[in-house]
Amino acid sequence: MYHAIVFLPLLGALLAGFGGRVLGAKASAYLTSGFLVLSAVLSWVAFFDVAIGQKPAQTIDVLRWINSGALEANWAFRVDTLTVVMLVVVNTVSSLVHIYSIGYMSHDPHQPRFFSYLSLFTFAMLMLVTADNLLQLFFGWEGVGLASYLLIGFWYKKPSACAAAMKAFIVNRIGDFGFALGIFAAFVVFGTIGFTEIFAKAPEQLGKNFEFLGMQVDILTTICLLLFMGAMGKSAQFMLHTWLPDAMEGPTPVSALIHAATMVTAGVFLVARCSPLFEHSPTALTVVTFVGALTAFFAATVGLVQNDIKRVIAYSTCSQLGYMFAALGLGAYGVAIFHLFTHAFFKALLFLGSGSVIHAMSDEQDMRNMGGLRPHLKMTWLMMLIGTLALTGFPLTAGYFSKDAIIEVAYAGHNAMAPFAFWLLLTAAFMTSFYSWRLMFMTFHGRPRASSEVMSHVHESPMSMMGPLIVLAIGALLAGALFKTNFIGHDEALFWGEALYRLPTNKIVDEFHHVPGWVPIAPFIAMLAGFALSWLMYIRDPSIPGRLAAQHQPLYQFLLNKWYFDEIYDFFLVRPAMWIGRFLWKKGDGWLIDGFGPDGVSARVLDVTNRIVRLQTGFVYHYAFAMLIGVAALVTYFMFGGVH
Amino acid sequence: MEIGLSHYLTVAAILFAIGIFGIFLNRKNVIIILMSIELMLLAVNINLVAFSTHLGDLMGQVFALLVLTVAAGEAAIGLAILVAYHRNRGSIAVEDINMMKG
Repeated sequence: MYHAIVFLPLLGALLAGFGGRVLGAKASAYLTSGFLVLSAVLSWVAFFDVAIGQKPAQTIDVLRWINSGALEANWAFRVDTLTVVMLVVVNTVSSLVHIYSIGYMSHDPHQPRFFSYLSLFTFAMLMLVTADNLLQLFFGWEGVGLASYLLIGFWYKKPSACAAAMKAFIVNRIGDFGFALGIFAAFVVFGTIGFTEIFAKAPEQLGKNFEFLGMQVDILTTICLLLFMGAMGKSAQFMLHTWLPDAMEGPTPVSALIHAATMVTAGVFLVARCSPLFEHSPTALTVVTFVGALTAFFAATVGLVQNDIKRVIAYSTCSQLGYMFAALGLGAYGVAIFHLFTHAFFKALLFLGSGSVIHAMSDEQDMRNMGGLRPHLKMTWLMMLIGTLALTGFPLTAGYFSKDAIIEVAYAGHNAMAPFAFWLLLTAAFMTSFYSWRLMFMTFHGRPRASSEVMSHVHESPMSMMGPLIVLAIGALLAGALFKTNFIGHDEALFWGEALYRLPTNKIVDEFHHVPGWVPIAPFIAMLAGFALSWLMYIRDPSIPGRLAAQHQPLYQFLLNKWYFDEIYDFFLVRPAMWIGRFLWKKGDGWLIDGFGPDGVSARVLDVTNRIVRLQTGFVYHYAFAMLIGVAALVTYFMFGGVH
Repeated sequence: MEIGLSHYLTVAAILFAIGIFGIFLNRKNVIIILMSIELMLLAVNINLVAFSTHLGDLMGQVFALLVLTVAAGEAAIGLAILVAYHRNRGSIAVEDINMMKG
């Protein structure tokens, strides 16, 4: 069954990718979607089997992969609760996105390629979540990176899409560099890269040091921080987040699948999977909390002023990933995964809903040109409303259970960053509510700002697009309430089993249920305040935002330009790199190598021969003269020297 | 004054030298080069005959006849080449014959 779950998407990808021309667009789309739906159904079976049914965790060997000296990496599926939760998230969202894409991409001439990439991505992601050792995880990790690159640059004729794809790939390399170092370090220290062995040996290394970069550092902390660096790159955390908003250049279903629900949560998954390592390193956990909380806050502030509908949601994703990391850092791994689980539903819903809006608006993405769409797109409006309610944490929706739980965890948490995280996350919750409602109001309410020609074309999306939205909306409404007790409630220990590890002293999951009464209400109040402010500024008196922006011009520009991260990186990293590259190209390669290397030698030979060539005049008497001289020389030699 | 071997050899050497300079100094006509070669061959012939009588060995004179034959053949072939060349290129001036220039 697990083989089918993992390899069906690969089969679909290969068939659609290599046979797309023969199969045609329709067949490729239905084939890959069909495989994915099958895979998703099986995933749910596995979920109820392993997670709810408490079947013991197992390892399923697939094949021997690498066996070199002490390094042994077999291809195996590690099936435990964490894996099946991820399987459900990945395959459910992926199959819905496949179906949605049938409608959304119906006018695209390259559908087989698109569906092939989508399925390839799903396969790589499944490889990642079922990994039994760090190397297999790294394989999936790079696989999703590749698929993300291919899909962001899917419309490769658009220069901005190509640039965004490259940016995503390069920024991720920075994180992957740390991740690879972390794997090496784990191998050096533990002598193995299998998860089971590493986790068993982790307590032995407690408090020991080794040398890294010429310094004596704590082994476990170093490994954890290196792994976390990889997670930061993939999950677009503070400093390495710049690729995520640009990745919105890809088709919208891709944004929903890769850049909201699945790939970007790989970092969260990694930290949760490595919880037996992280749990032994309070320093690393503090760093994780700090980065997570800061990202949640930072991305929310930027989201406040963005005008591109997809970018707002992208920053929202970035922010929610920050929430997850904050929870991980505080030791509440289950809470983080719960938020990952619910977030996948409502964020995919928001993305696909915005895709529906963009589709209806003839590919317009700027919210300043929207407005007043509710009468035309009633169904989409309802779906987006549900997504927004879930995201902002309206009572009894999915976000209410998971996001508010994280804020409570931050209040109850014990590490040094917990109070800092609590206030940042609470502020971020307020801002989340504000920008989400701002998105709703600017898109669907008020008076239409689009040209009358565009407005006349506005139409509700076809059923293949609305169907997945409805399924996701149900998930966004119910996922929290249905699975709360399992993920973070009373059955928590039973549900997770061995999949997540907490020190016996870590009682955060019990503690956050017993925070003072005002703490659970605080996010709700923040949400209401955000909604009220948004309503005031965009419905009651739409002139306020403009006046506010004019009044606080520096602050507005600071936020609008995303804290100037791109500019800073451009100045300090991109341009020096370009300069070095240009220098090596022009001077190193062009001048040195071409001047003195093979090309140079051949040029000098040519110079010499060009001179020699002039001896060949072509006149018979010159040759005759040379012969005479030669004869004379020979005769002279034989007369005076040769014969004795 | 008796005419001895050295006189013959001197004449032959002078003829040979004239032949050589005829080849190098001539800038006009390929036929003159052919004539110069002929001249050099005759100089060699004089040498052969002179030594033949001087040493009393008939072999040298036989050899001289052979050289004459070869010279006649060479002249015939050379002139034939020149005719063909003139037909193709329209000129037999020495300056124009430099197709082998590198």
